[in-house]
Amino acid sequence: MSFAALKDLDRELARFRGRIRVGAAFVGLLALVLLVRAYYLQVVRHEHYVERAESNRISLVPTAPNRGLIFDRRGRILAENYSAYTLEITRAQTRGLETTLAEVGKLIEITPGQLRRFRRLLAESHEFETVPLKSKLTDEEVAILAANRYRLPGIEVKARLFRNYRAGPGMAHVVGYIGRINDRDLKILRESGRDRNYKGSAHIGKTGLEQSYETLLHGRTGFDQMETDASGRAVRMLSRVSPVPGKDLRLHLDLELQAVAEHAFGDYLGGLVALDPNTGGVLALVSKPGFDPNLFIDGIDPETWKMLNESPERPMVNRALRGIYPPGSTIKPLMALAGLELGLRKPADAFLDPGYYSLPNSRHRFRDWKPQGHGWVDLRRSISQSCDVYYYRLAVDMGIDRMHDYLAKFGLGEKTGIDLDSESSGLLPSREWKQRRWKKAWYPGETVIAGIGQGYHLATPLQLAAMTAMLANGGHRIEPRLVEAVRDPVSHVWQPLPPTPRGQLAIDPKNLAVVREGMLDVMRPGGTAAASAAGAPYAIAGKTGTAQVVGIKQGARYDASRLARQHRDHALFIAYAPAEKPAIALAVMVENGGSGSGTAAPIARAVFDFYLTGKRPGDMKLEASDARD
Amino acid sequence: MPGTDGWLMRRLRHLDPILLILVLVLLGISLAVVASASGQNPSRITGHLVNMGLALTLMVAVANVPPHLLSKIGLPLYAAGVVLLVGVALFGEIRNGSRRWLDFGVMAFQPSELLKLALPLMLAWYFQRNETVRGARHYLIAGVLVLLPFVLILRQPDLGTAMMIGASGFYLLFFAGLPWKVMIGGGTLAAGSLPLVWNLLHDYQQRRVLTLIDPAADPLGAGYHIIQSTIAIGSGGLFGKGWMAGTQSQLDFIPERTTDFVFAVFGEEFGYVGAILLVALYLAVVARGLSIAGRAPTQFGRLMAATLSLNFFTYVFVNVGMVSGILPVVGVPLPLMSYGGTALVTLLLGVGILMSVATHRQINKT
Repeated sequence: MSFAALKDLDRELARFRGRIRVGAAFVGLLALVLLVRAYYLQVVRHEHYVERAESNRISLVPTAPNRGLIFDRRGRILAENYSAYTLEITRAQTRGLETTLAEVGKLIEITPGQLRRFRRLLAESHEFETVPLKSKLTDEEVAILAANRYRLPGIEVKARLFRNYRAGPGMAHVVGYIGRINDRDLKILRESGRDRNYKGSAHIGKTGLEQSYETLLHGRTGFDQMETDASGRAVRMLSRVSPVPGKDLRLHLDLELQAVAEHAFGDYLGGLVALDPNTGGVLALVSKPGFDPNLFIDGIDPETWKMLNESPERPMVNRALRGIYPPGSTIKPLMALAGLELGLRKPADAFLDPGYYSLPNSRHRFRDWKPQGHGWVDLRRSISQSCDVYYYRLAVDMGIDRMHDYLAKFGLGEKTGIDLDSESSGLLPSREWKQRRWKKAWYPGETVIAGIGQGYHLATPLQLAAMTAMLANGGHRIEPRLVEAVRDPVSHVWQPLPPTPRGQLAIDPKNLAVVREGMLDVMRPGGTAAASAAGAPYAIAGKTGTAQVVGIKQGARYDASRLARQHRDHALFIAYAPAEKPAIALAVMVENGGSGSGTAAPIARAVFDFYLTGKRPGDMKLEASDARD
Repeated sequence: MPGTDGWLMRRLRHLDPILLILVLVLLGISLAVVASASGQNPSRITGHLVNMGLALTLMVAVANVPPHLLSKIGLPLYAAGVVLLVGVALFGEIRNGSRRWLDFGVMAFQPSELLKLALPLMLAWYFQRNETVRGARHYLIAGVLVLLPFVLILRQPDLGTAMMIGASGFYLLFFAGLPWKVMIGGGTLAAGSLPLVWNLLHDYQQRRVLTLIDPAADPLGAGYHIIQSTIAIGSGGLFGKGWMAGTQSQLDFIPERTTDFVFAVFGEEFGYVGAILLVALYLAVVARGLSIAGRAPTQFGRLMAATLSLNFFTYVFVNVGMVSGILPVVGVPLPLMSYGGTALVTLLLGVGILMSVATHRQINKT
């Protein structure tokens, strides 16, 4: 080897050693990067990752509580739970949803309606959610499915508690129904911070008591704290919090009374509210027609829903709570009381009714319902004959503002505060209201018709019943209540829900006595509803009314027989009984019933008869008592 | 000196004690971690032991082959590797969407694995052969020798292995004295062509890079691996949750946890202290390797020892970087830790070459 070559090699070696140092530095740098990263993960962000590892590892498996039951005042069951098997499908786990459905269809009968409902629920849920296909499986179906489960991944047969409404369509507007929790429910639950309590629940109260007492009925969800692996399989239980069942409800309402009232409506539609005037307890709350609440529990199929929703009979509208009608002549007793209390009238003040009333300096005639007029009319007669002209005149003397303020004391124009949601507040007109709502001044003519409960006036049967109860109990303000007592599922003790005291209205008893006499006269021979009181072993105080459906032209006459039924006036009737010691006060509204005395008052009589004497309508079958539990 | 000792003792004399101890310690840790990660699966553990035995035996064998003989197999091994890679491209079996395997009936084989050693051997042999007449031409030819398998493996597609093979070729050129200006120029050029390379990447490769930037964007898909492994490492904290007590590993949250993601198990159960210790052990292996390179008497030995040492740590960096979420998921095992026979054999063959270089001190000129 030459000297030059050796020198070259030396230089080569020196350069190589230099590069080794560069390489070593490079490796050191890489190592530093790794350790910095590990420091960041394991020291700086340690807490964060511990939390995430824990939430990976620990899963809370919710146990849904049993829903509280609902009973009527005599312990008859209205809403119950029963255990049954249901076929559920988790789409994400199936080997193709359609083939699975086809296979299941070969094994057990799946109706088109069930399939439609399933698809609708499927469209509303996530892929990994479990959706029921068929509930209430027979034992045979359970056996078939269990035997074939192995080849149909994604299908499950689960034992579940189901809700059943045994009382039928008549109670649908009171008890309401539960339905599957949808996105909107979930949002509300989340906003009120209750969503955690619904982790294991599929259903929530949607309407009626099921909705308004949801918190009590639902109970508290239990949680099993499980250690689970990545595939979600539980490895062991870490801790358990047992669920607390929901509370049971007992109503003031009498299922049989409700059935009697409903039966008394016959073919007619409408609403009825009967209250205990002393407590505000709701004895009956009817809205006809009803519907089968059981249809809604696991999602109604689209056709039935469409049918219910688009039916001209509007079965989904709670008429007792949300039906708003002009109260018509039913406010006359209250108007009379206002006249007395405000010092505008004395009981004996009499006026001549020529059949119409005109404002000073006006030729417009406000007609009485009786074209020829009632002649001389004092306060009692104005009630018993339902004289319009008397009240036209009184309204004008009173003025709309004083009228509004006095009627408001009896709860008109505001919600009664009943323990059901989505109650309507009706409308009690005033000068201020009209300015706010319509940006228009109040006309004197509007005061005139307001005096007989027409014009802008709107009230619900529930409001009218509450008003009647106040006339019956001497001005004691009540808050209607359906639920009488609540039972704790653990202690099994019924805890009464006391009525909410809302104060006593100062009314001169003498004035009230006159008005009550007038209402008694209504039911006595010569009164507008005398026929409905005939032969009753107790005294009824009442008042008829009609709510106009179509406008009657000036000068034209209302002739019920010439109008199609859907254009006939709604019949109204308010009453309480026994008059000397009232135990029940009610308001009836019969849609297109024509006159209050003709259709509404007989319904009230049937209700009174059953409630006060136990007498049933002669043609009524005894099916309601089958529900006794 | 020779003659009195037995055959086996003579064979063992060619082992470098420092490297041997380091390798055995790392394998011991690996056994413990794989046992924990596999849920003490007996077949995994015995399989791992068998692999270790086989790989260690091959290491001892290679350590006994003098470097000048090792250099002679560079060319045929390289040629065979490239031919097999072409064969893969034409007849290879597709697994998991890429054509990497050759099925020989009795065993399936990834030729790219062969190149991990064949390429450095080939280049080191080539540079030694032309030691005295080295010129620009030789670097150019060496560059082509690197690019050929690199492109073939990239096309399989196997980005991870291609990068590792490319890195080993680059390290060898670097230690062979590739001028800085060429490297800087090449680096600039490579950076400039990044957008072009991006377009050449397969969809899934692009996704992996994107997932790295934001793993949360696809938490149940491609990001799942990274999210779960970083949770495992981070929740380990300073001292770890203890052997066999990592919840992420024991409850199946870490995917591939005996193989590519074994570091996540290690980090969760032994913590930051464990990570420092592990990196220190790897650095010690590299330091020993570089020191062997510095003292190696031949060009071939120097280049092989230095390249294998750097390559060894590159594997560590790419794997731990991937598992801790700073590099894309490329499917590179953690040296001496991950379960898997092929990788272990390749690595310990490399260590065997290091030992051979360290223990054969006489100059052998070709």
